Amino acid sequence: MIEVLSCGPMVTIQDRGRAGYLTQGLAHGGAADQHALDDADALLGQVGAGIETPGSPLCLRAHGATTVALTGAPMRADMDGRAVAWNTAQTLEDQATLNLRPSGQGVYSYVHVPGGFQTETMLGSRAAHLIANIGKPLTAGDRLPGMPQVLRPRKVTASERLGGGLLRLLPTPQTRLFPEAELARFADTAFTRDMRGNRQGVRLSMNGPGFATEAQLNLLSDFILPGDVQMTGDGVPYILGPECQTTGGYPRIGTVISADMPRAMQAVPGAKLRFRFVTLAEARAARSKRPEVSPLVRDPSEITDLLSLQLIGGVMSARDGDS
Amino acid sequence: MSEHFPRIEPLGEAALLLRFAPTLDDRANRACVAFRAGLEAEPITGVVETASSLGSVLVRYEGDPEALEAALTDRLNARDWSQIVPPARRLWRIPCSYGGDDGPQLEEAAAMAGLSQADAIAALSSARVRVLALGFVPGMPYTGILPPEWDLPRQTGLTPKVPEGALVTAVRQLVLFGTEAPTGWRQVGRTLFGCFNPSRDRPIALTPGDEVIFPAVSMSELRDEAAADPDRHGGATFEVLP
Repeated sequence: MIEVLSCGPMVTIQDRGRAGYLTQGLAHGGAADQHALDDADALLGQVGAGIETPGSPLCLRAHGATTVALTGAPMRADMDGRAVAWNTAQTLEDQATLNLRPSGQGVYSYVHVPGGFQTETMLGSRAAHLIANIGKPLTAGDRLPGMPQVLRPRKVTASERLGGGLLRLLPTPQTRLFPEAELARFADTAFTRDMRGNRQGVRLSMNGPGFATEAQLNLLSDFILPGDVQMTGDGVPYILGPECQTTGGYPRIGTVISADMPRAMQAVPGAKLRFRFVTLAEARAARSKRPEVSPLVRDPSEITDLLSLQLIGGVMSARDGDS
Repeated sequence: MSEHFPRIEPLGEAALLLRFAPTLDDRANRACVAFRAGLEAEPITGVVETASSLGSVLVRYEGDPEALEAALTDRLNARDWSQIVPPARRLWRIPCSYGGDDGPQLEEAAAMAGLSQADAIAALSSARVRVLALGFVPGMPYTGILPPEWDLPRQTGLTPKVPEGALVTAVRQLVLFGTEAPTGWRQVGRTLFGCFNPSRDRPIALTPGDEVIFPAVSMSELRDEAAADPDRHGGATFEVLP
């Protein structure tokens, strides 16, 4: 069991979301950075539900030693004061505390335990979906049930996805409603991730006018999916996130491919983003492969109490052994 | 640009969208609901989720979209889906308090429809509408299609907020709000239905194709019936349609 000692705002339990309710108006939801879940899976096996924090500080205590995986946006992390590296799985000893503070890199960070947190399931998932009134943000005093398990420390090579960059798009049924010149201008525009962004969507800003379809449209509301780049009335694009509505009437100029959604959601305010249309074959080929993991060897520079450690304990004299 | 319907096109990298009409159309919506029900009853290999909206069906899949598109095209052409009655529909009766504080724009909406308030209540409370689609928030129904006199435009200015449970109207539809929100639709009544309640056995009660009547009750009857409802559905009842 993991106890929440202190916790900033909007920290929630997330997993891969709940499929099957789109027809009733409920989006899948789930972790904003699915690659962080892939990384945690690679470190610990199938992890299930973990903690997602949008950069909010978090302090946890283990009741029973357990290995924890730290993935997604790197935070400054320590275990009982000892700095620990990000994108690793390391063991939090019984009664030890894990302290996480924001580093300014990326947006969404994750803490997983082997087998996942066994919190309440709602409609087939443990993921909080606050806009839909499912689940609550974590608060101090919460106790997250799990099955403590100690595994070998490991590190994972995370894909580069923080700080913005290129987002690849597929066309939507509304893409062709935009004039060719507008689509070309869209592909040439450097966008900035706006301050306004959450699990519903991320607003972008740019120099120049908004992007508009040929005629004033009165589109019949139709399905929208996470990744859709929706143009609101003033032509400002929003990249829709895991808790977006299920239908909408604004035109979608394109949809970000699944391989690039973590990059879209991890872009911090001020990060630069560009778009390029690709084919379905390219989108499918870009899907992530299982991340590479390797044994974790502690860097002596991270060990604050190096001099106090008995580094040569257990070494015996061969001669003594003979006698 | 001319488009032919129904049409199938990709939506993202793992879904196909079958659009039956470009504008709201009762026949097309009936076809959406029936076609989706058919996919649920007789699944096609590779399909992992289906959903219907006002004028389209979403088909999420794993694997090869070409084989799936061919199979969907065959199904589409096999019959006139607008004539198929989907199975296991429910007829809901959701009590509604019309006018007054519970329906502050009833008078305005009635006048636009060319009716007295009493006639408007009689018309809306006896109309048997279908759930065309659910959206905006989980379980929130867009129902219709009302007679032509209810083809009211949305307000140009928004009502700053209507309460959860508000019954609002525009464009020949009645919408039951699932949350407190601003809206351009006119509020004619109030229910205490609760579109989505995670603590209920069935968190989302309605499904596309269900039918609904909003019978008129007084302000106090609405609250009393809701308080006495063990299912916490604001006093609503349903029967399964044959």
